[in-house]
Amino acid sequence: MHPAPSVIFFTVFSGIGFGLLIFLGLGYPAVTGWSAFAFFVIAYLCAVGGLISSTFHLGHPERAMKAFTQWRSSWLSREGVCAVVALVVMGLYGAGLVFFGQRWSLLGLIGAIFSLLTVFTTSMIYTQLKTIPRWNSPLTPVMFLSYSLAGGALLAGQVTWAMALLLIAGVIQVVLWMQGDGALAGSGTNLATATGLGTNGSVRAFEPPHTGTNYLLKEFAYVVGRKHSFKLRVISLILMVGLPVLLLAAPFSHWVALLAVISHVAGALASRWLFFAEAEHVVGLYYGKR
Amino acid sequence: MTTLPQSTDRKLGLVIDLDTCVGCHACVISCKGWNTENYGAPLSDTDAYGADPSGTFLNRVHSFEVQPEQGEAQLIHFPKSCLHCEDAPCVTVCPTGASYKRVEDGIVLVNESDCIGCGLCAWACPYGAREMDQVERVMKKCTLCVDRIYNENLPEEDREPACVRTCPAGARHFGDFADPESNVSKLTAERGGMDLMPEQGTKPVNKYLPPRPKDTLSEGAGDIDILAPYLEPVAQEATGFLGWLDKTLEKL
Repeated sequence: MHPAPSVIFFTVFSGIGFGLLIFLGLGYPAVTGWSAFAFFVIAYLCAVGGLISSTFHLGHPERAMKAFTQWRSSWLSREGVCAVVALVVMGLYGAGLVFFGQRWSLLGLIGAIFSLLTVFTTSMIYTQLKTIPRWNSPLTPVMFLSYSLAGGALLAGQVTWAMALLLIAGVIQVVLWMQGDGALAGSGTNLATATGLGTNGSVRAFEPPHTGTNYLLKEFAYVVGRKHSFKLRVISLILMVGLPVLLLAAPFSHWVALLAVISHVAGALASRWLFFAEAEHVVGLYYGKR
Repeated sequence: MTTLPQSTDRKLGLVIDLDTCVGCHACVISCKGWNTENYGAPLSDTDAYGADPSGTFLNRVHSFEVQPEQGEAQLIHFPKSCLHCEDAPCVTVCPTGASYKRVEDGIVLVNESDCIGCGLCAWACPYGAREMDQVERVMKKCTLCVDRIYNENLPEEDREPACVRTCPAGARHFGDFADPESNVSKLTAERGGMDLMPEQGTKPVNKYLPPRPKDTLSEGAGDIDILAPYLEPVAQEATGFLGWLDKTLEKL
């Protein structure tokens, strides 16, 4: 799949932003006033910034409001609805903390649940696609949720939680990579089933339909960088989990924590780039690209 | 509405005969022509005369080589367009309701004025039947020429999809799969019409007729022409000067 920067930034930053909102909604840390204001600004910058960046890859962003209508069938529509509910509820809850010094815990709980649902619905957009066997796994939502919670704990300054969740996210990511490497072969979809010609012999793509490129090849048959995927996996794991855990183990200071956050975000971006770049869409079979 | 209908009154679709298709790409061109000049946003080309030409097509013809265990390889021309699936994954993922499957005839269509161009439907389609137009920024797909098949301004023989109308080999057939007596239902039953990627669970309406086995010239005497004995090589081994040369060169 073509790794569109807008979608990579969206999934990473909105994941972290909603992760932080989950912790704030549950009262970790139990802040009020200006300190709460700072936490909420960071959370909203990440969550809303991510959502806005996701509209950059739309052909007609001016019609984006229509995307709230099909929540009965579409995970993308459900994501939009959950995100708006989460942001509105957490906005009210945050206003209570910042301006009135009050913690309306029920509101916070509802906001945290919708923040969690937003991340889950995002992950289901990818998980539901049978056309991309690497994503079509129950582990995909687990991975997205573990990233979100780990990043949220890190930003919320919950050191013990952050260390544990980072390690869990790392383990889940490694298992997902290993499982994903055999997913296309294990899916049962190959050039023989794609063409129905498998009973006559072995099938090979002989000539593509056009001498030039097309939308399908650009969007679905992305192959650049695959050869470096192992190195990139190691780098992203070190940055996302290894370095932040080591930094968190050191005596706490805001600068060290900032370093841990930057390292984690860089690692998460690299891993999300791989999530897209390594995903094999079955339409590539028709072009002999798998 | 992006939920799928429980059932459709008719199931309009195509039968594509892989035995007959000669790979001339006439269906590709007539499709591009009709769908650029008629309903919906035109199918754009970018850098059409430059170094990196690209364009939107609703129908593309691939070519595959099939190598049997024994015998000659076969070249199969393989036209591919929307299969108007009964369980169309492209429809249910649409967040805006722009994609829908019609209850009256089962055609899968895009309402272009509702499409936000997110591309998720193209991700959900295993066949590559949907392409985002790079100029109009909306999703384009085969409409089964919905603006031809019901068009009373056209002569009756033209009221079928442009690809079917134009195919010089008669490799494409249009009809109603819900009617067991229709031309397409009969063809599918007689020739073993098959689904593409049945394991994806999309239940495609369009069917592909498998290519028949090719003539086996190299095997079996039964097929050899009655004049064949007169055409057999007369001299199996070289004699005279050439024979001497052959033997001498062998010895070297």
